[in-house]
Amino acid sequence: MSPIVELKDVHKSFGSLEVLKGVTFEVNKGEVAAIIGQSGSGKSTALRCMDRLETIQGGSMLICGHQLHDTDVDLKALRRDVGIVFQSYNLFPHLTVAQNIMLAPRMVKGMKQRDAREIADTVIAKVGLREKMDCYPEQLSGGQQQRVAIARSLAMEPKLMLFDEVTSALDPQLTGEVLRVMEQLAADGMTMILVTHEMAFARKVADRVIYMRDGKVHEMGSSDILRTPATPELAAFVSESAEH
Amino acid sequence: MIYNFDFGAVLAYWPLLLEGVWTTLRLTLFSTVFGILVGAFCAVVRTGGPAWARWIVSLYVEFIRNTPLLVQSYFLIFGIASMGIRLPILLGAVIALTVNIGAYTTEIVRAGIESIHRGQLEAATCLGLSSTQTYLHVIIRPALERVYPALSSQYVLLMLASSIVSSVGVEELFGISNRIQSETYRNFEIFVVLGVIYLLLAVLVRSGFALLGLAIFPRRRTLGTPL
Ligand SMILES: Nc1ncnc2c1ncn2[C@@H]1O[C@H](COP(=O)(O)OP(=O)(O)O)[C@@H](O)[C@H]1O
Ligand SMILES: [Mg+2]
Repeated sequence: MSPIVELKDVHKSFGSLEVLKGVTFEVNKGEVAAIIGQSGSGKSTALRCMDRLETIQGGSMLICGHQLHDTDVDLKALRRDVGIVFQSYNLFPHLTVAQNIMLAPRMVKGMKQRDAREIADTVIAKVGLREKMDCYPEQLSGGQQQRVAIARSLAMEPKLMLFDEVTSALDPQLTGEVLRVMEQLAADGMTMILVTHEMAFARKVADRVIYMRDGKVHEMGSSDILRTPATPELAAFVSESAEH
Repeated sequence: MIYNFDFGAVLAYWPLLLEGVWTTLRLTLFSTVFGILVGAFCAVVRTGGPAWARWIVSLYVEFIRNTPLLVQSYFLIFGIASMGIRLPILLGAVIALTVNIGAYTTEIVRAGIESIHRGQLEAATCLGLSSTQTYLHVIIRPALERVYPALSSQYVLLMLASSIVSSVGVEELFGISNRIQSETYRNFEIFVVLGVIYLLLAVLVRSGFALLGLAIFPRRRTLGTPL
């Protein structure tokens, strides 16, 4: 099976600060990859590079068939194929849930109102918020807003979903409802890469766990590496995480 | 000293007063529409345009905000006329008021645009929206909604300030009143009447803005809270 995400020796610096120091990994279609690691190890940067929010300075990155270091990479096509959800939900506050979800299908894909609404109905059902379609973001809890943000991304029918610590701003109860949505997505066969601090969740849904340390992949493997880490650094990280 | 009030003498001029009101309202309406267009455009340039364009907009804004409206009106109406370009007086007044209010609008809208969180732009980018679409749907609309109360006040001020163009010969409400005053010598009465009319007009403009706000900002209509 050919990988849908392929990073080879990726380098990225902000000024003189080298944040990614040669990152290499692959993710196959339908797989769930969890990126874990200490704060500042470059997880968000790696994810942001995959949607070309940041440009890389070395190595190569192939995402859903798009070579990201090409200067003529088709950003519009890339962003059709890739959905990304952040810790801060970033819903558009002046639009209802339905309008938030329909904006991109209408603007980017040129869909008619009716077709966009149909898609919105489908994706909102996936995140279990049908009754909130006409609410404004401020009328929703953090967990509900994050689920809408996921639905908004799904409405573009991406081939790959990226999640950057999407539950970090939520209390445990709300975290659960967002994780359940993501688990269902994984079960439906969506290819996902998630940066997460939820070790239990990573253990449960991830086919591949990538432990990043100091801008590099320090250890990588199936979720078994969380139980039986090969490196002392990952072992320390796992036991540290378990304490929280 | 006994003063006999005679409002009747002033109110007898009601058709003239009404004409003045009508002129003031037209001045206000046109300057409002053009002022918002100019201000929104300049605010976009000032926040997202190339350096040279930002610089020009800043110069315009600072120049207008630091010179009297009276001088600006004289310049635009008499100064330009002396160069041989003859504009109808009402059009000249609308241009002068638009140029003035456009600068204030630029500053207000710019503050609104700058209050939009970076994450909003990032979300729009990730969804594949072009920068024009992002500006229209994710930046300008919520920015306008956020600064709408400030804009409303500014445009009430514009209506009141439009009295200044009487000095370049526009027969709007204040100009008409001056004429009535010089014909009747009823200074006290005319300025009481004038004050009341301006007060009512201010209420009218404010209500107009409030209604318009409900029409164009559905979130505000539904929730009733500021964005
Ligand atoms: N836009 C930026 N400009 C400068 N430095 C940045 C920028 N984004 C991230 N960094 C730096 O890069 C390093 C890695 O950040 P990040 O990828 O956010 O790590 P993580 O998500 O693993 O916590 C940090 O030291 C951070 O300060
Ligand atoms: Mg991060």
